[in-house]
Amino acid sequence: MSIVVVSMKNLSFRYNAVDVLSEISFSVNEGDYIGLVGPNGSGKTSLIKIILGLLKPRQGLLSLFGQEPEKFSEWYRIGYLPQKMGMINPQFPATVREIVALGLLSKKAFPRYMGQSDRKAVDAALVQLEIYNLRNHPIGQLSGGQQQRVLLARALVNNPELLILDEPTSALDPDLRERFYGILKDLNENNHTTIILVTHDVGNIGKYTSKLLYIDKKLVFFGSFDDFCRSNDITPLFGEHAQHVICHRHDDPLTPES
Amino acid sequence: MTITDFLHYEFIQRALLGGIFIAMSCAALGVFLVLRRYSLIGDGLAHATFSSVALALLLGMSPLYVSIPIVMACALGILKLTEKIRLYGDAAIGVISALGLAVGIMISSLAGGFNVDLFSYLFGSILSISNEEVILSIILSIIVMITVASFFNDLVSLTFDEESAKASGICAVRINTIFVLLTALTVVLTMKVVGILLVSALLILPAVTAIQLAGSFRTTMTTAALAAVLSVSSGIAVSFYFNLPTGATIVLINMVFFATALLYRKMT
Repeated sequence: MSIVVVSMKNLSFRYNAVDVLSEISFSVNEGDYIGLVGPNGSGKTSLIKIILGLLKPRQGLLSLFGQEPEKFSEWYRIGYLPQKMGMINPQFPATVREIVALGLLSKKAFPRYMGQSDRKAVDAALVQLEIYNLRNHPIGQLSGGQQQRVLLARALVNNPELLILDEPTSALDPDLRERFYGILKDLNENNHTTIILVTHDVGNIGKYTSKLLYIDKKLVFFGSFDDFCRSNDITPLFGEHAQHVICHRHDDPLTPES
Repeated sequence: MTITDFLHYEFIQRALLGGIFIAMSCAALGVFLVLRRYSLIGDGLAHATFSSVALALLLGMSPLYVSIPIVMACALGILKLTEKIRLYGDAAIGVISALGLAVGIMISSLAGGFNVDLFSYLFGSILSISNEEVILSIILSIIVMITVASFFNDLVSLTFDEESAKASGICAVRINTIFVLLTALTVVLTMKVVGILLVSALLILPAVTAIQLAGSFRTTMTTAALAAVLSVSSGIAVSFYFNLPTGATIVLINMVFFATALLYRKMT
């Protein structure tokens, strides 16, 4: 029986007296690759920040690896790649190695000093993402794509069971984007890493993810991409033409049920 | 006069000893302050120091002992204004800065105007530092540096990306509180070296100089410490030989370091 990694039941969140999320319920199982999609302002980022403990829900139940968020302390089991492109200070005086090592802090007790084994873990993550040659470069002097890989290495350095990524490919060119998706696919298939990927790229992500979670302040759809394309509920969201384009780009084109 | 003669003076020995430790504290905190865009917290807290010094002089007490708790309370005030009231950092600093200055002027007025003592704190008087002040400066500077070293990785993580740091289980509220309290302590100590009006210079300039030169975080911290110590010790020497105000000399030497670092960066 697969482990439930994240479970939400009737979860609601309000910010500045505005309902951002209402009555959201879904479960993420071990090994799932979830594409979290929805229009701008639909609450995608709020949803993942709630999972990460950065925001507190107004009501509803949330569990992480079967534990209540207040009692959950094993944050090293979760890797997080924030929406960061272009926001790194070009003068930030830290090397790639130093930045990736920050990912290990969640596993350490005060005073969180790094040892030889940590150095090896950092180097392994750099090799995995093919950026070992950049290890001593200042992070601010790298290209956007290289910075994104460094931040992914930081998220992966603990070998997390759950990886949460917030629009990681929004500033990447198509070639880099495909390579990035390839890395995630490899992690999901070979390491069985559970992935929640926030994206606007519904059409492309369909061929990689096992499930789509579509929210627009409330849950609109949760299921496989195939079911997403078949669902009549989806047509009003995109219009018939856009839905056709999205689903046609999938490896196994499907037409909506009439 | 040779360097040996210069070092022979007890007041020079005291100034160098106290100044070097305070300079290292400034460098340890300054790099984080600059990168977190909190550079002007030194200015704001220095203005708060002005009111506490005026109060201490009015009451006939030691400015250092009166200032430490008051300035720490002001630092917590800035933190709460940003965290709870959601004011922007610069606005919160502005509020405390204005309050500190206004209260200081009010107290000075009640005491019959500005006197020589108050001026010495405004412009710094490291050459007149007492034995007791040197010992206190060394102890407090060591506390600052040990605390920064203990929370070093947490501080780097919060400075680089606060959201991810929080998501990895780092308690940002606790670390930020410790950080502003250490800054308050350092500001109070630094007023003796360069004066209330130039405190923020010793926090900012060695840090921005180091950021121009270094590639890694650890090298940046070391370079900032080196720049701060060198500027304070050479500032004391230059001001002594040429009969110049010590605080201003230290700051101008820091400016030369910064300009040189900028030039070096442009050329490489």
